[in-house]
Amino acid sequence: MNSWPLLSWLVFTPWVGALLVFVLRSRLPENLARALVLLLSLSTIALGACATAHFDPAVTGMQLIEKHAWISALNVNYHLGLDGLSLVLILLTGIISPVALYGTLRHVRCPAIYGALFLVLQGSALGVFVALDFFPWFVFWELSLIPAFFLMKLWGGPGASRAAYQFVIYTIGGSAFMLLGFAALYAAAGTFDFVELAALARDGTLAAKLGGPGAFWPQAVFLGVLLGLAVKVPLFPFHTWLPPAYAEAPTGASMFLTGVMSKMGVYGFLRILWPIFPAPLQAAATPLLWLALGGVVLGAFAALKQTDLKRMVAYSSINHLSYCLLALFAVAAAGSTNPAASAAALSGTVLQLFNHGLSAAALFYCVGILEQRSGGKRGLADFGGVRSAAPLFAGLCGIAMFSSIGLPGLNGFVGEFLIFRGVFGLAPWAASVATLGLLATALFLLTFWQRVFHGPAAGAGVNFRDLDRGELLTLLPLITLMFLLGLVPQLLAGLINPLVTTWAATLP
Amino acid sequence: MNALPCTIYVAFTGAFLALVAGARSAQAARVVALLTALTLWGLTLYAASGFVPAAGLQDLVNLPWIPQLGINYHLAADGISLTLMVLTGLAATTGVLFSWNIEERTGEFFALYLSLIGGVCGVFLSADVFVLFVFYEIAIVPKYFLIAKWGSTNREYGAMKLVLYSFAGSALVLAGMLWAYAASGGQGFGLAQLAMAAADFTRTQQLGMFALVFTGFAVLAGMFPFHTWAPTGHVAAPTGASMLLAGVVMKLGAYGCLRVAMPLFPVGFEFFQPVIAWLAITGILYAGFVALVQEDFKFVIGYSSVSHMGFVLLGLAAANATAVSGAVLQMFSHGVIAGLLFAVVGRMVYERTHTRHLMDLKAMPLHRLIPFAAVVFVLAGLASMGLPGFSGFPAELTILIGTWQTKPLWALAAAGGVLVAAAFTLRAIQVSFFGRTGPDVCTEAPHPLPPITWPEKAGALLLLGATIYLGLCPDTLLDWIRPALHSPVFQALLSGGPS
Repeated sequence: MNSWPLLSWLVFTPWVGALLVFVLRSRLPENLARALVLLLSLSTIALGACATAHFDPAVTGMQLIEKHAWISALNVNYHLGLDGLSLVLILLTGIISPVALYGTLRHVRCPAIYGALFLVLQGSALGVFVALDFFPWFVFWELSLIPAFFLMKLWGGPGASRAAYQFVIYTIGGSAFMLLGFAALYAAAGTFDFVELAALARDGTLAAKLGGPGAFWPQAVFLGVLLGLAVKVPLFPFHTWLPPAYAEAPTGASMFLTGVMSKMGVYGFLRILWPIFPAPLQAAATPLLWLALGGVVLGAFAALKQTDLKRMVAYSSINHLSYCLLALFAVAAAGSTNPAASAAALSGTVLQLFNHGLSAAALFYCVGILEQRSGGKRGLADFGGVRSAAPLFAGLCGIAMFSSIGLPGLNGFVGEFLIFRGVFGLAPWAASVATLGLLATALFLLTFWQRVFHGPAAGAGVNFRDLDRGELLTLLPLITLMFLLGLVPQLLAGLINPLVTTWAATLP
Repeated sequence: MNALPCTIYVAFTGAFLALVAGARSAQAARVVALLTALTLWGLTLYAASGFVPAAGLQDLVNLPWIPQLGINYHLAADGISLTLMVLTGLAATTGVLFSWNIEERTGEFFALYLSLIGGVCGVFLSADVFVLFVFYEIAIVPKYFLIAKWGSTNREYGAMKLVLYSFAGSALVLAGMLWAYAASGGQGFGLAQLAMAAADFTRTQQLGMFALVFTGFAVLAGMFPFHTWAPTGHVAAPTGASMLLAGVVMKLGAYGCLRVAMPLFPVGFEFFQPVIAWLAITGILYAGFVALVQEDFKFVIGYSSVSHMGFVLLGLAAANATAVSGAVLQMFSHGVIAGLLFAVVGRMVYERTHTRHLMDLKAMPLHRLIPFAAVVFVLAGLASMGLPGFSGFPAELTILIGTWQTKPLWALAAAGGVLVAAAFTLRAIQVSFFGRTGPDVCTEAPHPLPPITWPEKAGALLLLGATIYLGLCPDTLLDWIRPALHSPVFQALLSGGPS
């Protein structure tokens, strides 16, 4: 089985599929094109399940490794591999992509081109999660921008052109400095391999090799890489591209952007920044912790001030992802002082990635339904009393909201609880301030709930049509998983626990 | 390898035949030109297939020409020349394909076009500075006529400016070379001979000669602040000539810097190294910002060429094996990408819409009118932005790595150029092809423009294939280039760094 390149299949099936759909676009009837796109998108969850079956959670190194020499002049290898973190994100991609496609393909114009772009995006995200060499990783990382750009621009709202441009320029701007950082790493260490670089960092030789004209050079290289990842997550104050991008993107793209693409940045922090720059990260962790706190608190309060529902959910994404970074920075700052708390915070981070993906995608889909039914309205004041006309929709949307708030019994609770439990042990003051974010999250989501679903039917809420079968089938898998992971979090935690324990045990 | 000199003869014979065939019919001239270019490209590929990478130039032809002055008709090649020869073959072939629609005096057009190619091939193969200079001059003359007769916007001005700059550049080169020739005791013009003699030059001589020769060549490479001919000339030129100018002729300058100026006068090079680097960085950033605000689509591409050539010069200035191999890779990569961009803008868009004004193009749903051109331009734009997966990425990455080894500050400044390139390219994509968008990307526009013809498709696919292939397998070229840099001449010039 090892000889069968499972991970390559995982990554390239959507890409090859995209090419196929694009070439056949004018020959396929639209229905067939939709079915084909959906089928290709489902390949990820099938292959992801296959990977899970072959995955041994007890092994904390990389598994299912594929490594071939690629560019000898730059010592680049085609190196793919997977650990619990990657696997969790692959499964997330495998769930979000087909759900987002199934939910939106029916309504979009030119489903073949939309689907092809979406599949390219899906493949790129998967590539980011499994590539272990900077060169292929960066290929996937950068190429993911292009389909996102076109999905946003061509199918998005009236302000989409500007939002898409801003999104790409911000990200490429960050990436340019990350690229320079890796050029510097290569100039010093002669390799682009994440695993090798991390090994060099562990025994301290990397910092010595990087030492350029002054002691600040390793720190400068670290800052370059940090910038690239921080823009992507985004870390406060690099977040300004996000609300317009998420708000103007078409619903399906918003679901994928928030559900999967926002995870690429956090993944980069865990896979690249932390292992390769443990010492610089530790040195910078306290100011970074403040920035993450800023994202948690200000993101939530900004969401509270929004009157546009999509922007509200977008700001709540900033808030939720900042929890992940908060935990990571708290762990990095504390070092090996409290391994149990560190392990809790880190496993909370990984679970939060998955859970936020589910609940944010569901929320964006619900806002998308509101927008579609009302002919493009998505203001907080445009709706009222939707619940009386559409009880089913209101119920499912409510579940997604409560999952996002972190109600016990639903998935969102587990990740946030572990993060808070960990951060309290490591940086109690930060955890105390962060609770403000929890409070504001509850406030804005309840405001959303009350204004839109409660009260007498008003505005676009009058005669609101309830979910049809397609919409129900889109939301059901997400809602089911919310309950399942809220009640049996071990399903996911089991995949990552040994890994996280190792991380916590090897802290400097 | 021995097939390479034939390219020169093939090009000039083809030029003559095209002239003759053009007297009969335009189609005959086109076919002759295409066959010539294909033969030439085939010869370079055949040479590449039998190429054994080695350090130093491999002699091809060495005949006495003017023995009294010690001038030999000496042709030689190494991996660097070979890389540029293959590029020339590719650019020539695709340039003919994109000139297929030339109806006015077709025979003469292709005759001039092919003589330009012949001159270029001669420069890349010369191992005698005098011969190099002769071929260099041969390449300048056809440029003038190509632009002045078949050009578009402001063509007389563009042609004149370009030729004046070229001649001024070559005058500087000539002055420097004659000085070196005289200082070496009039032994000869062979590269190896001069290099040996140059070791005995005084520091002042070295500095002076280097300044003359390098500046002369750098003008042609579009180095800031001598770049202004490039955008004007590129815009005025007919598409096929723009492709050659940006794709190959600018490389002549960079090649001259690398082959002649740097190895012959290492002391001078060392002195001017930081100046060159900062001028290159200024060029990268300045031209990028200028491209960001251009209203003429072709000017955007013209300035982007200057910006990309800045990376080549920066790689040369960084002077280590990694950076210089990246610079040569960037020469190839930029040749392909610039050709592609000019082909889309000059041929596919301008010949159909008769405007290059971005605001006019913005009003047309071009992505629905000519979807093939839109896809090609998006891919070429991504390549031009230096996105991974395309040839610009390994080239710029290698340059950045090498530059970092020499001087991290230069690399840091140049990295800003990557961002500016992304900004102006994305703006061009956004405004030109996707100015008026809606989700109806798959429905036909009401008044379709003339469809894309087969030569355009073939040319675009060849160039796209080249940039993607090199993006994924840069080893093919780097395996030729890197051994060439191990020759004693380059070793003396290039400083450390893992190679």
